[in-house]
Amino acid sequence: MVTADLSAARRIHSSLSLAAPIRAGDLSRFMRPLITALIVLALVHGGLLFVQPTNAPAAELAGDGPQVGVVFDLGGRGDKSFNDGAYLGAESAAKKLQARVQFIEPGDGSDRGAGLRLLAAERRALVVGVGFIFTDDLIELAKEYPDVNFAGVDFAVGTDKFGDPIPPPPNVAALKFREEEGSFLVGALAALVGGSKKVGFLGGMDMPLIHKDEAGYRAGVMHVCKDCTVIAQYAGVTPEAFRNPSKGKELALSQYQQGVNVIFHASGSTGLGMFEAARAMGRGHYGIGVDADQYGEAPGYVLTSMVKGVDNVVYDTIRRVKDGTFQGGIFSYGLKEKGVGYVYDARNRALIPDSVRARLLDIERDIVAGRIRVPSTRS
Amino acid sequence: MRAATSAAIEDGVLPTLTALLVALVAGDLLILSYGQAPGEVWRLMMSGTWGNAYGIGQVLYKATTLVFTGLSVAIGLRAGLFNIGAESQLAAGGFCAAALGLLLPTGMTPWLAIPMCLLAAMLGGALVGFIPGVLRARFGAHEVIATIMLNFVVLALLNWAISATGLAVPETLHTPPVASSSIPRLAAFFPVFHGSAANGTILLALMAVTVSAWLLFRSRFGYELRATGLQPLAAESAGIRVPRIWMMAMVLGGAVAGLGGSNFVLGYKNYFEDGFNGGAGFLGIAVALVGRNNPFGVLLAALFFATLSQGGLAIHALVPKQMVEVLEGIVILAVAVSVPEVRRLLRARPAPSATTLPVTV
Amino acid sequence: MRERADQGVSRAAGRGAGSAAVAPAVRMSGVCKFFGPVQANSEASLEVQAGEIHAVVGENGAGKSTLLRVLAGLYAPDGGTVEVFGRDVTGWSTSDAIAAGVGMVHQHFMLVPTLTVAENVVLGREPMSGLTYDRATAESRLETLSRESGLACVPSRLVSELSVGEAQRVEILKTLYRGATLLILDEPAAVLSPPEVDELWRVLRTVRDAGATIVLVTHKLDELMEVTDRITVMRHGKTVMRLRTSETTPAAIATAMVGRAVRLDANGMPVGADAAALGLAASTDEDAGAADDHGAELDGASVSEAWTAILDAGAPPDEMIVSSARNRITRSAPAAIISAPTPTYADVPRLRITALTVPGPRSPRAVGALSLSIAPGEILGLAGVEGNGQTELIEAIAGLRATTSGTITVDGTDVTRYSIGKRLALGITHIPEDRQTRGLVLDYSIADNLILGRQTHFSRSGRIDRARTLAFAEDRIKAFDIRPADPNALARSLSGGNQQKIVVAREMPADFRVLLAAQPTRGVDVGAIEFIHDQLRAARCAGKAILLVSAELHEILALSDRVAVMYRGRIVTILPRAAASEDVLGPFMTGAAS
Repeated sequence: MVTADLSAARRIHSSLSLAAPIRAGDLSRFMRPLITALIVLALVHGGLLFVQPTNAPAAELAGDGPQVGVVFDLGGRGDKSFNDGAYLGAESAAKKLQARVQFIEPGDGSDRGAGLRLLAAERRALVVGVGFIFTDDLIELAKEYPDVNFAGVDFAVGTDKFGDPIPPPPNVAALKFREEEGSFLVGALAALVGGSKKVGFLGGMDMPLIHKDEAGYRAGVMHVCKDCTVIAQYAGVTPEAFRNPSKGKELALSQYQQGVNVIFHASGSTGLGMFEAARAMGRGHYGIGVDADQYGEAPGYVLTSMVKGVDNVVYDTIRRVKDGTFQGGIFSYGLKEKGVGYVYDARNRALIPDSVRARLLDIERDIVAGRIRVPSTRS
Repeated sequence: MRAATSAAIEDGVLPTLTALLVALVAGDLLILSYGQAPGEVWRLMMSGTWGNAYGIGQVLYKATTLVFTGLSVAIGLRAGLFNIGAESQLAAGGFCAAALGLLLPTGMTPWLAIPMCLLAAMLGGALVGFIPGVLRARFGAHEVIATIMLNFVVLALLNWAISATGLAVPETLHTPPVASSSIPRLAAFFPVFHGSAANGTILLALMAVTVSAWLLFRSRFGYELRATGLQPLAAESAGIRVPRIWMMAMVLGGAVAGLGGSNFVLGYKNYFEDGFNGGAGFLGIAVALVGRNNPFGVLLAALFFATLSQGGLAIHALVPKQMVEVLEGIVILAVAVSVPEVRRLLRARPAPSATTLPVTV
Repeated sequence: MRERADQGVSRAAGRGAGSAAVAPAVRMSGVCKFFGPVQANSEASLEVQAGEIHAVVGENGAGKSTLLRVLAGLYAPDGGTVEVFGRDVTGWSTSDAIAAGVGMVHQHFMLVPTLTVAENVVLGREPMSGLTYDRATAESRLETLSRESGLACVPSRLVSELSVGEAQRVEILKTLYRGATLLILDEPAAVLSPPEVDELWRVLRTVRDAGATIVLVTHKLDELMEVTDRITVMRHGKTVMRLRTSETTPAAIATAMVGRAVRLDANGMPVGADAAALGLAASTDEDAGAADDHGAELDGASVSEAWTAILDAGAPPDEMIVSSARNRITRSAPAAIISAPTPTYADVPRLRITALTVPGPRSPRAVGALSLSIAPGEILGLAGVEGNGQTELIEAIAGLRATTSGTITVDGTDVTRYSIGKRLALGITHIPEDRQTRGLVLDYSIADNLILGRQTHFSRSGRIDRARTLAFAEDRIKAFDIRPADPNALARSLSGGNQQKIVVAREMPADFRVLLAAQPTRGVDVGAIEFIHDQLRAARCAGKAILLVSAELHEILALSDRVAVMYRGRIVTILPRAAASEDVLGPFMTGAAS
């Protein structure tokens, strides 16, 4: 009982040997070797301090254009979506507009503000925060550095008590996307290609941001097929729901078995399970990707992908800084501004009949022209 | 007495110093491998941290959270428990402070609101510490497993509370600001710190260090706690209720880590944001290790790791941020090795004739 | 592997025969070793001939263990030279030593409790079949080794299930398995029961006869006489004498190691001697018997006479404890002891145990419906082969182990359901069997250890009163002659005897009622044994009740008023001291009589 428990604790504790002081006896004889080690290390370090490598790579993407700083979200580079999109946009701005760009990847929450501040203090022409999470930091800094331009990708625009949007400070560009427009198009596509009166939607975490996708998708389906039904399911209520491919596969399989032929996912890597399910079901079953072109996940089974043009938007903002046309305010990017869209290229052309393509182009024109109003909330 | 002092220096300082130098040299090599000049990078790191008031402020801010989580881990280790749960204790503390802050009437005087929120933070952390504590004391469940598992549970619950219950401001992952209980920033008293996140919580951290040191080394409770950690059977024989000590150590550690949540929630952003903990709880383990489970050592170690973290931002233009993470790892490893195992290695110096040792027949 | 051991042994034998005259197996000279400010060895020397059993003796803290550790490569000396078989190996490492056939059997066992005996023995040199551990081969090799060396063991048992004696046997086997031809044993007999000790000596002789050389530290002078060839005596870190066993007496050795005869002459017979005299009187013989109850009445003259008599006879002053209590007792037992004072069996016993059943780790009835009582001023000795429930009984009385039925009362108060702390407060104190894990916090200072369990008395409003603690510690250190006399020294840095003195000093405050003394002198040097025995006797005079458990039958016979024998969780007999002797108790201990 207690005894066994205690001895176990003791073993573990002693095996960690964290708190075990050294025996008083063994001291002085270790002084010399330790000090020798100290001196040697100090000398090595001292020597290395003066080494000057000849071919130091450029600290930043260089050019004589505007100086730009980009602070990524905690996810950082390599997420194949958001942050990478911003990187691509800035990179092409460096190439085409000779912008000088410095990137910062924060380590923890307080680094966000610190990273923005670091760049603002250098009086860069434009400081971009990638992700809604930068909203507060951008507002705070914009007031402090009125002469610096800021931009926030997915900037969260607050509402006052009357429900009207509160505009950001004049030197902040809030870059927003109308994902629902892209979803509307792929919804229409799903209904037209699927042909089974049933289409599927697979959401990740059950939250407003994803509801926006579902709402647009649902409306798109209804627009071309009044008597179609949309089976919408979510993988969960926590962020885990964006990282659960097996759950995604399970949900997608059940939808396919109910007679759904096309499913649109907005669920991060959970959607990878959906592609796998499509492949398992075989010919005639498709998935629609999100954010980036996901054709490569399951060639032949990816009907298209709804893409969000973070790269275009970032590039566009840098261009406006260079042109001197930058101004603050809420910028909403939809089909019209090429902020959202769907993939139609050599790889998936065969999956989309020309008649369908023509119909989609019509719808796109109607949305751009305002003849179709796309809802951004459910019901 | 002189011998005792020099022994203390050898014991506490030399191994740590060696470990730091090892990390520095490793850092030099890493920087070189990236094609940069070590001298320039270190200079940039220092100027971005201790070189200006803003940098100092940022270091102090980061150190404040680390002091709390480091103390939390150190208290556990002194009792013989490895508390891996500082991360979720920190998050829970921050959440409770914000939750209570939101419930309090907006016009309430900060003199009352702040202590109440701090208390809530401690209670939140203590509750998260209590669960593995009671599991250990009552059922013998290993605290490492329990705290790791609880990290998942608590962080997921908090995330759910923020994102799925409508507690968060729409389109964000944080609560609305807490109006009444905001701890003033340092910049309010010393304008040079303008813009930095450093705030009054830093005083709280210093108090926590002093109180923990007193509690561990001067109080009867600390005497019993350390005895339990060093020799649980002897403590048991002496009538010390070992399970109770374990539980109290976990509760206390949880409370301290929870208090750390106030640094972000009450001192910096004034709201709870999902994920604000950002690994500070786990880094607390490293802080406790490098600080040798001594509250004052924890303070120094927290400053060190905060400098590394803030410095990483400053040298971002030259080397990738991962370098700082690698450095942190090297420091932890070097310290873990040099205390006291390196000594044993040094002791086993080979004898002159040891290599030519065929046994004569 | 066994072949290797054989090879080693024969090699050593060859060398012993051929080159012993040229180079001794071990020659250490001028060895100095410092631990911080403490000098453990100063100009110590040791010379061991190949093929002999050589004992290193001395008081605790005399530097014996340190010297042998230098020899085994555990410590590098700060000065001096170490030669093994004529080769200078000063400052070598343990792995060098093992490679050269020098193996140390540790006092504190370095076995992995979760592995089996065979796995422990072959650890680091596992027989493999392909890439996996070959269990069958390991066990069969161990069985062979066990048969040849005469050290019995069950290869498949877990080490965690072994008794101390069995664990030590495994340690010796492990050393032999590694091909050691020079075995170093640090107090091998200290942790063994009497039959096991006899067994050990037999084994060591066998190993020696096969050509190996053995160096050992021991405190048991009488047994030393039987088994060793030569003896080195150390005092205060120095080597003071080297003797051939056949040419000396235990008395001479004791005098050399304690240096007491000299001190005694110089000091005459002041304060400390009173206790010493009591000790003598209590268990030597009838003429001083009254001392038990009336220590104060003993007049100085008769004490001096007693001392003088002993000294004249050539025996050391502490002969009774030092050399062979057994001889004296058996000699004087029949008639003499009967007149020893019978303790006053008061109406209420201090400690009464009724039908107590205690589950143990391997049996639900490690103690089965056991009853006993101890009167005020009585020492009850609990004899028995280790592992027959003594530990469980003591732990149950101390509150460390749950009981399933029965009651424990102290002065009429039922304490069966009391917490450990409450029992302590009531005056039940406990000298635990294993001082290093149960008795002391090794990384606490002497002062902190002295208040362990009584920290509440030494604190004011939640704070430990340092000043009062230190004052108390200094007082205890002086009273118990704990060395070094520095209250801030870590318990870990003390010798075994001095560590035990801390425990005894702490567990025998003025106001305790019942003392549970488990192996109070295990692994402790002669001087400390004497001191601790004196303390126990003094406590008896003060009306305390003492339950004494010891693997040393001598110790039990020397101290107890009554002797109980425990066998398989029960008390098989309780005898008055006068009726007890090794011969009488033996059959009860082995279960042959009941």
